[in-house]
Amino acid sequence: MSEANITPVLMPKWGLSMSEGVLVDWLVDEGAEITVGDEIMEVETDKIASAVEAADPGVLRRRVGDAGETYPVRALLGVLAPPDVSDDDIDAYIAAYEVPVDEDDDEGAAAAYEFAETAVGRLRYASRGDDGPALVLIHGFGGDLDNWLFNIDALAERARVYAFDLPGHGQSVKAIEDPSLAGLASALQAFLDTVEVDSAHLVGHSMGAAVAARLACDAPERVQSLTLIGAAGLGPEINADYIDGFVGAESRRELKPVLFNLFADSELVNRSMVDDLLKYKRIDGVQEALSSLAAELFPGGTQSAQLAADIDASGLNTLVIWGSGDAVIPAAHAQALGNAAIEIIDGAGHMVQMEKASAVNALILEHIG
Amino acid sequence: MARNLSMKDAINEALDQEMSRDPTVIVMGEDIVGGSGSPGEDDAWGGVLGVTKGLYAKHGDRLMDTPLSESAYIGAAVGASTCGLRPVAELMFLDFMGVCFDQIFNQAAKFRYMFGGKAETPVTIRAMVGAGFRAAAQHSQMLTPLFTHIPGLKVVCPSNAYDAKGLLIQSIRDNDPVIFCEHKALYASETDVPEESYTVPFGEANIVREGSDATIVGYGLMVHRASEAAETLAGEGIQCEIVDLRTLSPIDTDSVVESVENTGRLVCVDEANPRCSIAADIAATVSQQAFSSLKAAPQMVTAPHTPVPFSPALEDLYIPSAEAIADAVRKTMAP
Repeated sequence: MSEANITPVLMPKWGLSMSEGVLVDWLVDEGAEITVGDEIMEVETDKIASAVEAADPGVLRRRVGDAGETYPVRALLGVLAPPDVSDDDIDAYIAAYEVPVDEDDDEGAAAAYEFAETAVGRLRYASRGDDGPALVLIHGFGGDLDNWLFNIDALAERARVYAFDLPGHGQSVKAIEDPSLAGLASALQAFLDTVEVDSAHLVGHSMGAAVAARLACDAPERVQSLTLIGAAGLGPEINADYIDGFVGAESRRELKPVLFNLFADSELVNRSMVDDLLKYKRIDGVQEALSSLAAELFPGGTQSAQLAADIDASGLNTLVIWGSGDAVIPAAHAQALGNAAIEIIDGAGHMVQMEKASAVNALILEHIG
Repeated sequence: MARNLSMKDAINEALDQEMSRDPTVIVMGEDIVGGSGSPGEDDAWGGVLGVTKGLYAKHGDRLMDTPLSESAYIGAAVGASTCGLRPVAELMFLDFMGVCFDQIFNQAAKFRYMFGGKAETPVTIRAMVGAGFRAAAQHSQMLTPLFTHIPGLKVVCPSNAYDAKGLLIQSIRDNDPVIFCEHKALYASETDVPEESYTVPFGEANIVREGSDATIVGYGLMVHRASEAAETLAGEGIQCEIVDLRTLSPIDTDSVVESVENTGRLVCVDEANPRCSIAADIAATVSQQAFSSLKAAPQMVTAPHTPVPFSPALEDLYIPSAEAIADAVRKTMAP
């Protein structure tokens, strides 16, 4: 049996609610030599469209999935194998492949989200992974825990990963008692208390990076390391058109061009992303939450919180990741920190953890050791 | 958090949350508590199909069972709305509107205009619409065009539970009279609905499906028939875009025109009778505003110009089918 040499290419599972996806197109031909990180196919879910990067090397011996068709998560879409594996063995492998039954399917999508009753109210979160150090993912302004859908599973290979919705965001409590950075940092602390995590590696994106940094300065004993992605709090500039546009947009037509600011590749902004954000913005209390946060943190197109000196003084092991094409917060802000490792990723915008997920995941895993 | 909810339960939740939020919201109608003499307990009927079930136990006398006199209680609801309350009146079947039409189109719809903008009439009138229930000609009509014809009325007809909750909350908070049409055949249909209160704005169509070959415009149950047709047509290589109007007054002409500018083909679907229907309205508007984009004559798929038949076989033929919609799209594709 040469099955050990055969590696399946599967429909990925992006985020907790994904049950199926469309194989939009193949990006490589049969017979192509694949190296890890190559973009091999384009997949679209009801949330997002993205290229799938190869997780394993090999020759793409067979394209099993057809472009344009919908497949369940973990369906066999292709087969990687060395040239010496016979076609018969590959046929046999394909014939024998069964999509694994996910024990938490059906009601699983809902059950995979949990809720923590904290000192600042009910917070939604997801947790993955059983072993390793605790790692907490903190999304940015107007985001939610699904901003980490390409990261949470990869990071869970080596850490107990928590991703949660900040107050005013996602499916967490919408009222924000203290719409300041300190208020959000205390919400993060309240979350850590409720899920009984004494100290964690903090990975924050944008405003969430500033929240992580604020907690690291206020309560350094709770923080093992910092990863700051497209971070707020490291310089005065921020794209006011994005912040004001996001807060003010009342329709698809108004919101869609605003979201183009988030990605280097504007194709990633699809209708369901726009619709989901509009649905979020239309929940009672969300406009008030976003307006008060924007007024407090980003008044008049500037950032009110400047944390670089405090982060340097904390002596925490800090990694800074930025998309070179970030149109929301300039990548030049990465240079504000004296003692941090700095990684600028080409071809990515503000949502670099989505656009270049494998690279970001590898950097984080290396950083937490 | 979001969870699967039926359209019936979504409407119930919208009423419950708005009654909790705003003490001026009251609910009135025939049997909405449980009928005359009902103790109002949890197991009371809660409306003829149970949509208001459980609300009396929670909100007490802010729900009122009315006599079988639509002219009286719709008039009372309109009057109460001009005096500071936000009544939600349930008319059971939109077909019964005939006996209280003056209160709606000569009074409620006119106050804002006739009092120089100083009067507001924040009344919501909920009613069931549509055929398919073997309920014969007087309980099955799709009378939406009667109401879109009248300036001063807003007209809503959701196709799913998410929209139903958000649109009903918007209707209750709106300061104008709203005719809120609930398709009986959709009460059991489920979709993801947030637990929290939220609104869906008026005059914003929903693009249910994207496609580049033909635009299908509809509302209510017809959105589901259009989706079935689009699925069939996709197998033939025809990609349809489906526009769910959601509200008929105001109407999102921009989204329809924008879609037709991309596809060049238009099929208007309406469960109403064809003359002066929503379908006719959309076809005329697009012909005027996007004539140069059209590659074929706009098609209309509607009920025939007859009352809804009582014969089950005929009633099934009466309601526009997915096959009829698919045929109409094919007609626009013909060279």
